[in-house]
Amino acid sequence: MNGEELTEQETALYDRQIRVWGADAQRRLSKSHILVYGMKGTIAEFCKNIVLAGVGSLTLVDDRDVSEEALSANFLIPPDESVCRGKTLAELCCDSLREFNPMVRVSVEKGDLASLGAEFFDKFDVVVISCCSLATKKLINEKCRKLSKRVSFYTVDCRDCCGEIFVDLQKYNYAKKKTDGTTECELQYPSFQEAISVPWKSLPSKVSKLYFAMRVIERFEEAEGRKPREICIDDLPAVLKLKKELCEEQSLNESHIPDTLLERLVAGAKEFPPVCAIIGGMLGQEVIKAISSKGDPLKNFFFFDATDGKGIIEDIKP
Amino acid sequence: MVVQELLLLGIYKEISCCGLHSIAALMHSFACICLQIDMDTIEVSNLNRQFLFRQSHVGQSKAKVARDAVLRFRPHISITPYHANVKDSNFNVDFFKQFNVILNGLDNLDARRHVNRLCLAAEVPLVESGTTGFLGQVTVHVKGKTECYECQPKPAPKTYPVCTITSTPSKFVHCVVWAKDLLFAKLFGDKNQDNDLNVRSNDAARSSKNADDVFEWGENEDIEQYGRRIYDHVFGYNIEQALSNEETWKNRNKPRPIYCRDVLPDIMTQRNGNNVDKTDDLSSASAMASLGLKNPQDIWCLMENTKVFIEALKLFFTNRRKEIGNLSFDKDDLLAVEFVTAAANIRAASFNIPLQSLFEAKGIAGNIVHAVATTNAIVAGLIVIEAIKVLKKDTESYRMTYCLEHPSKKMLLMPVEPFEPNKSCCVCSETPLSLEINTHRSKLWDFVEKIVKAKLGMNSPLIMHATALLYEVGDDLEEDEIANYNANLEKVLSELPSPVTGGTMLTVEDLQQEFTCNIHIKHREEFDEEKEPDGMVLSGWTQALPEKKDAKTSNGNGASTSKSLPTKPGNTEIDTEVKEISDGTVSPGTKRKLSEFSDGSPVDHSSDVDETRNNKKIQKHDDEDELVMLDHWDSDMSKKQRLP
Repeated sequence: MNGEELTEQETALYDRQIRVWGADAQRRLSKSHILVYGMKGTIAEFCKNIVLAGVGSLTLVDDRDVSEEALSANFLIPPDESVCRGKTLAELCCDSLREFNPMVRVSVEKGDLASLGAEFFDKFDVVVISCCSLATKKLINEKCRKLSKRVSFYTVDCRDCCGEIFVDLQKYNYAKKKTDGTTECELQYPSFQEAISVPWKSLPSKVSKLYFAMRVIERFEEAEGRKPREICIDDLPAVLKLKKELCEEQSLNESHIPDTLLERLVAGAKEFPPVCAIIGGMLGQEVIKAISSKGDPLKNFFFFDATDGKGIIEDIKP
Repeated sequence: MVVQELLLLGIYKEISCCGLHSIAALMHSFACICLQIDMDTIEVSNLNRQFLFRQSHVGQSKAKVARDAVLRFRPHISITPYHANVKDSNFNVDFFKQFNVILNGLDNLDARRHVNRLCLAAEVPLVESGTTGFLGQVTVHVKGKTECYECQPKPAPKTYPVCTITSTPSKFVHCVVWAKDLLFAKLFGDKNQDNDLNVRSNDAARSSKNADDVFEWGENEDIEQYGRRIYDHVFGYNIEQALSNEETWKNRNKPRPIYCRDVLPDIMTQRNGNNVDKTDDLSSASAMASLGLKNPQDIWCLMENTKVFIEALKLFFTNRRKEIGNLSFDKDDLLAVEFVTAAANIRAASFNIPLQSLFEAKGIAGNIVHAVATTNAIVAGLIVIEAIKVLKKDTESYRMTYCLEHPSKKMLLMPVEPFEPNKSCCVCSETPLSLEINTHRSKLWDFVEKIVKAKLGMNSPLIMHATALLYEVGDDLEEDEIANYNANLEKVLSELPSPVTGGTMLTVEDLQQEFTCNIHIKHREEFDEEKEPDGMVLSGWTQALPEKKDAKTSNGNGASTSKSLPTKPGNTEIDTEVKEISDGTVSPGTKRKLSEFSDGSPVDHSSDVDETRNNKKIQKHDDEDELVMLDHWDSDMSKKQRLP
């Protein structure tokens, strides 16, 4: 129990959650710095959760203009065009988030995520990216890994009524709750590159179908030089062809990646709001766990599909 | 975002004709044309769990502020807010019939049962939900297709035997219950209420009225002197009296009497000057503030507790004298929490129980539920997913979903197919109940309070014996009828105008809920005071699950409860039910039955309501007993899931 005590104001505001994770965890939260990129629905949900929870600071990066999709699926953006004019996605979301909790410093950084250097990432304890290409995911993950301090890295993607979270906590120590007190635990996480390079045939047979489907879509968008989610139903034949090739290459039975699932992901590249709430909630929970070093963290993929309602953890490691 | 912190949300029927896609989008932004009913106002501690309320809204109606906030980002939808109690009579069956679906986010068992009945009567699907900490669940209830909310019996809130509270506390929670329900109620609450504060400690004084005079404050008495007198009486004299009963302490550690002069020899000096501002603002009067105690997480020593006790009592008498006699404990009333914390700690010190901080004591006294924004967000998303299925009439894909803290079969979100209605549920089927009661000793009043209201959850009951009306509640009754019914309340059952004896069948009806129940009366002479404190036993409902109990004992699965849960007691606000699924009871390949869910253990946080109803019975929650965790998950479950 070191560090300064919570203020009266903090104790009153965070009363209910302090009852869940304790005052010590709340203090750690209030000193944490978080970076997010990709201000779509899921990230909006995530930001809302951690701002309400009372992190120290939140930095938003997203220079894109407001699109129609953002207007319809991101509740941080006011539906008023005159407000939106001349502002980037990050700037608009920042205005709304500040109102949620005046005790959290919310700010915007401009620039291209991929070109930001190590000294930039070094300022954060947690980096969360969304709607990124395969190359960007790998790149940012590696940047985080090269820093002298441990930075928790997350990528998140929602398409149609499905969602995926990837977690890299590198070498992570935490207090595991047991019936008789807590024990210290250590987990070793693979990087994104390492995880997705695991040969498919060596994975357990029951691995979520979504895992494979997301990799196919990722590879397709990269091979075609598309931006993330720049995909539509017309691409389905090409996607199915790629699936066949990948399955052959990896000696995986094609039935592990149902065409109907790929069709849904291709046709519904947009986010589905209730799924954003669920994935954004899960992600918020995980980030809070990682910051407070309390509770079993997710290792290392989480999948949700609203059609069967299951929220599944997969541990994919070399 | 979505429906967090919302008590009740309905979606008007007209909406079903607009396309599904728009409904999805609308639901996202809080539903199309919807209504919200919420009787609460916004507290500071609500702010960190949803994003619709701001600091400036504290004290305003939740329903109204939520509406305005939603309209800001979805200007074209129609929302009707009701700042009202969902149990009000204008929310009747016809009112509920206007909606396609009802989404519940209620915080207590009573209201949930009430809405369940109205949904059944109106034949409107209900999406029910709750959260506690990292746990949560969403269930769907459609009349005739799935079980109703009450098909699985809800265990009554934890109650403590009266003597544990009055004489032999062994846990801190017992001291809190004593401080809140007995001492606080005695000093600041309704003087006419029964109160067991002095019962066991002094049997002689029980019969005479004199015992109560101790608590009377003489107009000329110095308030600090009065406080010290009360202190010495409850922590000193009463303990001495209790010690004189050797029998009690044979196998227990003896408590030690504590007298104010030993802890705090000097009269506390009157503070003035810098405190003038504070006393001007009555609501912010705080003993901690005037004593310079800051951190609510600190555990005060006996002397500090004594100071807080005296100071809080003084502040009540100097700043809030008008309220004395009408106060009931409120977790948001800082001065009340301070008084109860100090009193509980002094009693704990006396009984050698470890002391606790104000923060912890507040959680216990206020039945505060652990709540976080993330679980609320996840549950809100799940509610919307189910609501969309209901609107699409996609019956086959309805799911009950549980949010877990630790994965079970790799799952953190676990869907389960809804169960079929329980054929012996007295709410959604017409199964009669049976009641064992002493018909020569129990009054109609006991039956109404302990069974009809507390157990059956009726709001405005009507009781009939064949065609004879024994009791009725309503606005349109004549004066002579009211007098007649009141007279009946005071009669024992066998002496009613139409006598109720063993073998009688009573019909109990709630006109607002459109819910009727037949109760078969069985006469019984004796009841166990500790195990059957009501002096009557209702059965029939719980008989639905006889297998469950057998299975549970034989497999010893009771031990799997709440392993992974926060052990701090506390409740209320939004609650959850998390059902336990025990591995031993699920045999692979067989269709799961109701009985395989071993504990339909809900976390219900209705204690405040229940306590006012039955002051004699001290009710308290204890998380350890209530929250049951999905622990071992059998592979059978995955087979039952429909895969895409």
